[in-house]
Amino acid sequence: VSLGGADAATVADAVRRRTTTARAVVADALARIEKRDAELNCFTAVLADRALAEAGRVDRVVAAGGDPGPLAGVPFAVKNLFDVAGLVTLAGSIINRDRPPAARDAWAVRALARAGAVLVGALNMDEYAYGFTTVNSHYGPTHNPHDRARMAGGSSGGSAAAVAAGLVPVCLGSDTNGSIRVPASFCGVFGLKPTYGRLSRAGVALFSPSLDHVGPLARSVRDLACAFDALQGHDPDDPVSSARAPEPVSPQLAAGAAGLRVAVADGHFAAAAEPEALAAVADVAGALGARRRVSLPEVARARAAASLITASDGATLHLADLRSRPRDFDPRTRDRFLAGALVPAAAYVQAQRFRRWFRDRVRDVFRDTDVVITPTVPFVAPLLDQEHARIDGTDIPVRSHIGVFTQPFSFIGLPALSAPVVRPGRLPLGVQLVGAPYREAEILRVAATLEAAGLLAAPIAPASAS
Amino acid sequence: MRLPEPDDTTALAAYVDASAALLGLRLDPDLRPGVIEHLAFLGRAMALVDAFPLPEEVQPGPVFEP
Repeated sequence: VSLGGADAATVADAVRRRTTTARAVVADALARIEKRDAELNCFTAVLADRALAEAGRVDRVVAAGGDPGPLAGVPFAVKNLFDVAGLVTLAGSIINRDRPPAARDAWAVRALARAGAVLVGALNMDEYAYGFTTVNSHYGPTHNPHDRARMAGGSSGGSAAAVAAGLVPVCLGSDTNGSIRVPASFCGVFGLKPTYGRLSRAGVALFSPSLDHVGPLARSVRDLACAFDALQGHDPDDPVSSARAPEPVSPQLAAGAAGLRVAVADGHFAAAAEPEALAAVADVAGALGARRRVSLPEVARARAAASLITASDGATLHLADLRSRPRDFDPRTRDRFLAGALVPAAAYVQAQRFRRWFRDRVRDVFRDTDVVITPTVPFVAPLLDQEHARIDGTDIPVRSHIGVFTQPFSFIGLPALSAPVVRPGRLPLGVQLVGAPYREAEILRVAATLEAAGLLAAPIAPASAS
Repeated sequence: MRLPEPDDTTALAAYVDASAALLGLRLDPDLRPGVIEHLAFLGRAMALVDAFPLPEEVQPGPVFEP
């Protein structure tokens, strides 16, 4: 049985029912990676021996009448800032090559393995996650599978591109200002940034601990939900890990969007974007019958505060290397890290205080709203070397504008997902669905409804496109 | 707390040199302009956040469990 284009749920079902084996599925994935990754540059490490051995263990559980879990035999890969036992955790840098290999897998990697999934490799990213492009000077750019001349987005670009090209059905990424949602949108896949603190970051090379999240990317809503459910749970090794009990969302998907109060964000979120990004939002809102608009206050200031916290947190983590070996940083991140180190403490604390204020105002919005729709990004994937975009007759620097719609929500830790809208013959674009804290189920229910209605889909980018 | 006005590059450069020295960061001459440029960007962000009046009771509330 060929399951090359199947989503994770289909693969796991076939493995559990023994119509295929995990070993065959994993061997298939390894062959696809071997065939196609040379032109995409998603992977920085492929773990064939480990993957085949783990797949063999899954098959033995099935053969013995046991249940390896809801992701039985599903191949997955992780952004190379997740610890993988025996691998050096690069986080997109060459500096980290001097560190010893990780002693064990990150918490999230272990959680997916407990659900039966099989790790096949580690993926490219912007150095230390500081970027929205995955144009990495050390390891080369990851190409967008829908058009190789374009960027995959970042910083979880390897993760999004690997899913979009059908190399694996599920990947893990991390998101500080948009780093799961942006590449998900550019590459045309689903990407979920859960509530801050909901999923453990233990064993992840952090970028800005105040704002860092981990989450899954996949080609269907049910896969995203299944991976999210497997990843839930309190972990004392992450100081911000929520003590809330896991709340599985997969059983809730069938409830649909009925009864949910959905609104479209206006103001900041309806400006400075290409008309097609706003049209995608309008189409989705129309299908849901969502006519209400909501406004969020002081969004530009929220972005400014998020940028200050990111720069300060990030620089502090890398201060020793910034002192001793600044020339080993990627030139694309180095100036920003160095400048971040010089931000006065008072400005940092003020940004953290503003975060509290903004959180309270947006909580007010969610008192009578369950899900807010915005564009994920202002435009389709730019060309790899593109510096400027023209919007509303104004030249805008691409890199600092990519996160304009994602950054305000990671700033206050709200669950948000990017969902790929159906646009035959055109480059991918995502819409962003944002929920109240810990209400991942509601944004996933809306996404499932739109997917069932044919408005969202993540078809595999054909090899001919690249 | 205010940095020199971001468009005042002389003052900003002086701040960069002094604060980098305080932190033990050596800025080679070819790296210095890029750092000044990015600190100017962050300086505009600081000015934006700083200009917003926050009541005293709005505090970050970090979680620390002894």
